[in-house]
Amino acid sequence: MTALVLLDHADGRITPAARSAVTAAAALGEVHVLVTGAAIGAVAEAATRIAGVAKVLRADAEIYDKALAEPLAALLVRLAPAYDHVLAAATATGKNVIPRAAALLDVQPISEIVAVVDAETFVRPIYAGNALATVRSTDARKLITVRAANFDAAAAEGGSATIEEVEAGEATPAVSRFVSTELSTSDRPDLASARVVISGGRGMQNGENFKLIEPIADALGAAIGASRAAVDAGYVPNDYQVGQTGKIVAPDLYVAIGISGAIQHLAGMKDSKVIVAINKDAEAPIFQVADYGLVADLFAALPELQAELAKAS
Amino acid sequence: MKLLVPVKRVVDYNVKVRVKADGSGVETAGVKMSMNPFDEIAVEEAVRLKEKGAATEIVAVSIGVQQCQETLRTALAMGADRAVLVLTEESPEPLAVAKLLRALVDREQPGMVIMGKQAIDDDMNATGQMLAGLLGWAQGTFASKVELSDGVATVTREVDGGLETVALTLPAIITADLRLNEPRYASLPNIMKARKKPLETIAPGDLGVDVTPRLTTLRVAEPPVRQSGVKVGSVAELVAKLRAEAKVI
Repeated sequence: MTALVLLDHADGRITPAARSAVTAAAALGEVHVLVTGAAIGAVAEAATRIAGVAKVLRADAEIYDKALAEPLAALLVRLAPAYDHVLAAATATGKNVIPRAAALLDVQPISEIVAVVDAETFVRPIYAGNALATVRSTDARKLITVRAANFDAAAAEGGSATIEEVEAGEATPAVSRFVSTELSTSDRPDLASARVVISGGRGMQNGENFKLIEPIADALGAAIGASRAAVDAGYVPNDYQVGQTGKIVAPDLYVAIGISGAIQHLAGMKDSKVIVAINKDAEAPIFQVADYGLVADLFAALPELQAELAKAS
Repeated sequence: MKLLVPVKRVVDYNVKVRVKADGSGVETAGVKMSMNPFDEIAVEEAVRLKEKGAATEIVAVSIGVQQCQETLRTALAMGADRAVLVLTEESPEPLAVAKLLRALVDREQPGMVIMGKQAIDDDMNATGQMLAGLLGWAQGTFASKVELSDGVATVTREVDGGLETVALTLPAIITADLRLNEPRYASLPNIMKARKKPLETIAPGDLGVDVTPRLTTLRVAEPPVRQSGVKVGSVAELVAKLRAEAKVI
């Protein structure tokens, strides 16, 4: 069997989430990856070196530049007949494109799998992760998005795949057009793949107070996240959100500051290896999943934490 | 312009769901049901477009059991003009739902379909994209802002790195994310008025759609329970434990 992975990349780099999707695909058979975009020579070269990849399909054309769903889905539909499985990481792009392609192939997609049981059976969370469903697909071809936090990323080096050019689809009268992006810029690690994540919640009280978290994130080499409550209140931008409808993270260390622990937040971080919670409410549900809980006022605890981390270990 | 707004009846978001002892699914008997929260946002957006004069009629659609009528009455109370229930014994999969909606789009000819980005029961996040694919329409998923002018919907989308704006030639599909708007509560007079608004019931067969599922659920299980850990007395103790015991810093 052969699986095709639509490979996410940003700023000329293949995302760790995309390499997690490669790992999931490798459990199903030989792995081919599809690299799409404009002027993507270097990305396609990098894709050949991912461990476990046998072939790289390169679709280098202007119409794929902004990863719009309409042309990308059409491309997947054209390539799909050669594959038993078509996968993508459950990123904004994967979630946008895979179901559209599935509908065009008359396939019921399988979203956000967390485990591969066999070639037609997969485990996926339902009800915000409060239950895990094992589902078997009767479709001849499976279209799948992969929850990256549940699969180790395939090594970026070690493979020696060949590159095959894919003809671009016709630039038919486009029904959608890219206008602009407003991306958060940060020198910190990417939230979805950081080894340490430190998140603030409604307890932070305002956006200004997130500055108290920054030196601690710097000391730990951490990404900064937030609860839905903090994002809804406008303290931080939407891409900070950790939770069922935001980013799903599973770092080695997750530090929750002033976060009560709503079900939908827990769904986004409960697979973290070690969880620390700092909250002044001793009854907050976050303490039920925390390995280390500190009942304290965060405005006192954060400066102390900063000072303590500055001391030599 | 007519708007079509599909709404799903799901277990209320405040309910802590329980997995059935036999592993066949989650317990829904005697559990409070409500409109999928993302669909509420979609209804609100449609009503606001109508209030602004950008839309003329809002048709709410639900697919499922008889009780979905309640969900449709909620949409009508929020401001939808009429409703269609596609009566099925169970809640069909996104592929079947997308096919049913395509048939309704053919019948109703809306200029836009606005729906929630995902239902909070199966968490598939698929139906909108699938409907757009079947219709060959543009899709604006995970929308946090929608503006209409001259046959084009300018949609700001919540993506991994921040926000992305796309321009869609109508007709198009919009799927609502959390921050698109804050849905209104239906007032009592509007709830009363909604009872008199038209609600039509049809069968999937009337639309010529086969709703046979493609996925078989073999079992549903509780996720592994995380053991709660220890409380520490001070920041110094916390840092010491993270260094010496957990070895993560």
